[in-house]
Amino acid sequence: MRVRAEEAGRIPHEGRLPAVANVAVRLVDVVKKFGETVAVDHIDLEVRDGEFFSLLGPSGCGKTTTLRMIGGFEEPTAGLIELQGQDVTWLPPYQRNVNTVFQNYALFPHLTIYENVAFGLRRKGVKEAEIKSRATEMLELVELPGFENRKPNQISGGQAQRVALARALINRPAVLLLDEPLGALDLKLRKQMQVELKRIQKEVGITFVYVTHDQEEAMTMSDRIAVMNRGHYEQLGEPEMLYERPQTRFVAGFLGVSNLIAGRVDATAGGDWATIALDNGVTVRAPRALAEGKTRILLGVRPEKIRLYETHETVPESHNRMPGTIRAASYMGVSTQYQVDVPGNRRLTVFEQNVERATKSELWAPGEVVVVGWQPQHSFVVRDESAEAAAEEATEVAAEPFGE
Amino acid sequence: MATVTPAPATPSSVQRLARRLDGSALYVFTGLAVLYLLLPVAVIVLFSFNDPAGKSNFVWQGFTLKYWLDPLGVPGLPQAVFLSLVIAFVSTIVATALGTLIGLALVRYDFRLQGATNALIFIPMATPEIVLGASLLTMFVSIGGPPFFPLSAVTILIAHIMFNISYVVVTVRARLEGFPRHLEEAAMDLGANEWTTFWKVTFPLILPGIVAAGLLAFSLSIDDFVITNFTAGKTQTFPMFIYAKYRIGIPVQVNVIGTLIFIIAVGTVGVTTLARIRADARARRR
Repeated sequence: MRVRAEEAGRIPHEGRLPAVANVAVRLVDVVKKFGETVAVDHIDLEVRDGEFFSLLGPSGCGKTTTLRMIGGFEEPTAGLIELQGQDVTWLPPYQRNVNTVFQNYALFPHLTIYENVAFGLRRKGVKEAEIKSRATEMLELVELPGFENRKPNQISGGQAQRVALARALINRPAVLLLDEPLGALDLKLRKQMQVELKRIQKEVGITFVYVTHDQEEAMTMSDRIAVMNRGHYEQLGEPEMLYERPQTRFVAGFLGVSNLIAGRVDATAGGDWATIALDNGVTVRAPRALAEGKTRILLGVRPEKIRLYETHETVPESHNRMPGTIRAASYMGVSTQYQVDVPGNRRLTVFEQNVERATKSELWAPGEVVVVGWQPQHSFVVRDESAEAAAEEATEVAAEPFGE
Repeated sequence: MATVTPAPATPSSVQRLARRLDGSALYVFTGLAVLYLLLPVAVIVLFSFNDPAGKSNFVWQGFTLKYWLDPLGVPGLPQAVFLSLVIAFVSTIVATALGTLIGLALVRYDFRLQGATNALIFIPMATPEIVLGASLLTMFVSIGGPPFFPLSAVTILIAHIMFNISYVVVTVRARLEGFPRHLEEAAMDLGANEWTTFWKVTFPLILPGIVAAGLLAFSLSIDDFVITNFTAGKTQTFPMFIYAKYRIGIPVQVNVIGTLIFIIAVGTVGVTTLARIRADARARRR
């Protein structure tokens, strides 16, 4: 129990896997253009052997194209793709030791479930007896024993998904590519399959490269995630790392909810903390390592990290604080979500667990004046790309629409 | 503009009559339409059992089975039927193979003059047969020398393959356009090269389209008269045989063979339809 508690409280850092881990997939400066459109824009990527790796991003960010290049369905315009150290950039799909689970399952409608699963082994000329035992074993792994003689149109979407998985895994590929495999399933089934996929991945120990636009799905299953936007990844790391220490405004906004306030790094000298002068006149502290080398920044803090205090309460000395006024409150059972107005015409989102305050009379009401406080180590620093761009160039750069 | 008076709440006697007729009228019209379509076929079948007094088989005389027992008992008829069957089979196979490949190329690949090819495929279908036949004759004669001249079964075959290809391409292309490409990617992903992918995945899935195209080609070939007449020379196909006999009286055996062709055609359609219905029912039961 102690070990587990330590693990939970551990500060996230990169490199949980041993540094000596072999590289399963390596992309070197890969570019893919469709006509004039750049789908993948100079990606360098290393997926380690045995890990569950996710490419996460909104539609059109290039994640599926990246996956298809690893699978051999698209040829890169430039760059190099290696599988377990072997250059496969120009090899057709059937000469690569990878298998794919397609978004729409892509089961062969004219073949039975058994023949679908056996398809890959038949191509390799495996003996019938071995095919039979391995297919049976695979259908057991995905919990579909006895489905051998059905046709794909006689099974449900969730079952088809499992067959697609079995059909790919039976070939024991070096890497399994999954292209939004749960996209077509309803929410409940999707949750169930997430757990299932993770279980299977652990059981077979094969490297999974998983494409999704669902941040929760990616965080639930992945060892590491590359958050992609406009043809490249903005940040790569473990889920906790990405959530607690997002490095770009996009990552901060795409994974969970972020409160971001523009400011300037004042001093980074000495100690663990940097002083940051926010544009709304408040001075706060943030981990020095995050602020170093930056000037114009966005200071971020997650809604659940913020505590609301009565004006007469003492906020711990070391904590960041600013005055606020409750603007709106929505009660959600497990927690309450507040919108709090703070100086500088900014509005923060705050999640408060309904523990200390639970009944209606205890909850904060709109109009109440509060103090907003959070621990400095819960601050994160994001480069203010728009301010930097504006400073560097005289021309105005249009601000990107981020989901705030 | 006259004001529209609202319909009375209680229907008039005329409206009630119309309503009562409504239901039965549909059946009557449907019945008449079906009758219109099937009556000629019924006549063919009926007169295959006729026992005509003279050479012409136009007046019902009496029932007999003797022509059914001797369906080829007219000089020249066996040869004509045989030739028609051979030409239909060969032209179907060649046209289906070539047409399928053309269809695949047109749907799958981008190439120069693709649009033009797509349009040109339609031309043999759009051109009046009589014009096509005449120009084929001109072409064969002007090329001269075997196998084009003298005209023979070979020239008929060339002509039939030519017009059949268009129909095959159009039919196969329709099937291919809705073809899910990711199935081929899945096959390649599982280790099948292009050749295996085609035979294990693409071909079985477009086979219904190819079969439909083949059946269409066969029926177009076996009953073609106009183009065949221009390109046949001294040879005679089944339709030409009937045409030649029409002035001196069509033998009853023609009705017998016509009925047989009809039965085979309807039987083929019936069997495939039944198989599909059964497969659907099985899929629904699961």
